[in-house]
Amino acid sequence: MIDTTSPDFWPDLFEVLLLGTGQTLYMVFFALLFTVLIGLPIGILLVGTERGGLFERPFGSLAFGRILNRVLDFIVNLGRSVPFIILMIAIIPFTRVVVGTFIGPTAAIVPLSLVAIPFFARMVEISIKEVDPGLSEAAHSLGASRWLIVRKVFIPEALPGMLLGLATTVTSIINFSAMVGVVAGGGLGNVAVTYGYQRYSTIHMVAVIIIIFVIVMILQGVATHFAKKFARTSIGESRAQTIGRKVVRDSPVGP
Amino acid sequence: MISLTSVSKSFGSGARRTVALDNVSLDVPEGDIFGVVGQSGAGKSTLIRTVNLLERPDSGSIRVDGQELTALGDNDLRVARQGIGMVFQHFNLLSSRTVQGNVEFALEVIGVDSRERKRRAAEILDLVGLGAKASSFPSQLSGGQKQRVGIARALAARPRVLLSDEATSALDPETTRSILELFRTINRDLGLTVLLITHEMDVVKTICDSAALLEAGQIKENGRLVELISTPGSRLARDLFPLGAIGELPGTTVIDITFSGGNADRPVIAQLARDHAIDVSILGAAIETIAGNQAGRTRLGLPGDARSNAAAIADLRAQGLLVEIVGGAAA
Ligand SMILES: Nc1ncnc2c1ncn2[C@@H]1O[C@H](COP(=O)(O)OP(=O)(O)OP(=O)(O)O)[C@@H](O)[C@H]1O
Ligand SMILES: [Mg+2]
Repeated sequence: MIDTTSPDFWPDLFEVLLLGTGQTLYMVFFALLFTVLIGLPIGILLVGTERGGLFERPFGSLAFGRILNRVLDFIVNLGRSVPFIILMIAIIPFTRVVVGTFIGPTAAIVPLSLVAIPFFARMVEISIKEVDPGLSEAAHSLGASRWLIVRKVFIPEALPGMLLGLATTVTSIINFSAMVGVVAGGGLGNVAVTYGYQRYSTIHMVAVIIIIFVIVMILQGVATHFAKKFARTSIGESRAQTIGRKVVRDSPVGP
Repeated sequence: MISLTSVSKSFGSGARRTVALDNVSLDVPEGDIFGVVGQSGAGKSTLIRTVNLLERPDSGSIRVDGQELTALGDNDLRVARQGIGMVFQHFNLLSSRTVQGNVEFALEVIGVDSRERKRRAAEILDLVGLGAKASSFPSQLSGGQKQRVGIARALAARPRVLLSDEATSALDPETTRSILELFRTINRDLGLTVLLITHEMDVVKTICDSAALLEAGQIKENGRLVELISTPGSRLARDLFPLGAIGELPGTTVIDITFSGGNADRPVIAQLARDHAIDVSILGAAIETIAGNQAGRTRLGLPGDARSNAAAIADLRAQGLLVEIVGGAAA
């Protein structure tokens, strides 16, 4: 039990929360970074290797394209259907190889990225599929290369949808980062368990909830703001909203 | 300039196989405005998409500006496409870019540097009459303005050929007229060869030098408009001069006379009355300017059956007029 009347209580609380918040942001930031770096290309490939897609025939082979599409699709489905807690434990050997340990915020980045990558890849896929196929047709007619079409047509045109997808992705990363904290990771989840649960400190518990809530709200707000800003057309905006709804519906943490 | 030889294309397989193009051959001379008309599903879009190989034909040859496109590898094909502009029915503009940005996109593709891009985009936007809208986004434009951006983008890389798939089908008649006017300006001032697809005969009438009729994937008629209108039984010519349905006229022979070029001002009716003592009744008439020439068609009713009017009809034909017997009393 924690003594709330002790003169050290408030400074201690502050310090614990600061550390926890810092660790959470650290985990979330890097997990998000890897998620975008890996999830974005996977999402693009998922669309591209579809029939009639930009990368239908990688290295001139239609069969390879089909196989690549199936494999990516399978991996993404698998990644999304394994419960996080099981994924986290199952990949401990892998995490050890990559980070050297499976405990602590740095180690947590590995499972957090792994759970978010397939999710974000789907969001990217959905957003790009919403881009009018006429646009890549027009780009082809101008003699644009595939790479240019990805860079200058797909990504900018799908940006509003992808940003909303990113907002939902970051929310679930934060959620899962708390779960990591419960097991071994540090961060706000750890604060909630060690102080709020094990030492019955309601203040810690409430503070953690508020901080997580605020972080999520800020990130969502920023993402939505930019999504709106980049959605140039009224169609674009309603498109962004539909994708937003789809994203929420598909989210592993629910609406 | 554009030359398709025995081009075939089908979609699907087995029972669901549709033949979109069936052994199509077509020649578009340099500097021509060539229209392809046909009903929905005739294969018009497929045809125009094979010209820049957006659709790869199953067989046949496609030559543009002397280059065989079907033989090109990926990179060479991209370069060839840069010389073939294309305009789309639904504009297909990038919503994330301004008008200027959309035109510059075409220049980015061919690797023009940023300063030169700005200059050339501004120049082309002036040409299409959109200089003032350079910093607007497509969502802020009307349909006609969007299509002007589409045309500007297609012209930016200075192609020698312009393809247009139903570029005016989503526009009202007034806007259609102004876009067609722009096509003609481009054709005349920049010397572009234009191949356009349309289902509106009016478009052909307004700007085309030549036309082809596509039906179920086959070219049914094909030629210069001035020649087509004096071709007996030409469906394109009939559609160019819609005289309506032929009513029941007991005891009357109905003939259509087509005038073009030199014989447009013949006093035919007076002549029939004078030389053959026939009481001619006028059933319909249409005068059009086709490919810059006055041309017209008159539908006349002659009392009596075809045999009794044979001498009069032969006389008209002898003067070089196209006379078709389209209905009338049985002999
Ligand atoms: N990608 C495709 N897959 C399957 N069938 C197709 C495809 N594209 C065209 N077709 C078929 O080929 C035929 C010709 O189509 P096309 O689009 O060329 O017609 P169109 O003359 O342009 O018609 P519209 O005036 O309606 O645009 C149609 O029967 C159509 O169903
Ligand atoms: Mg069509």
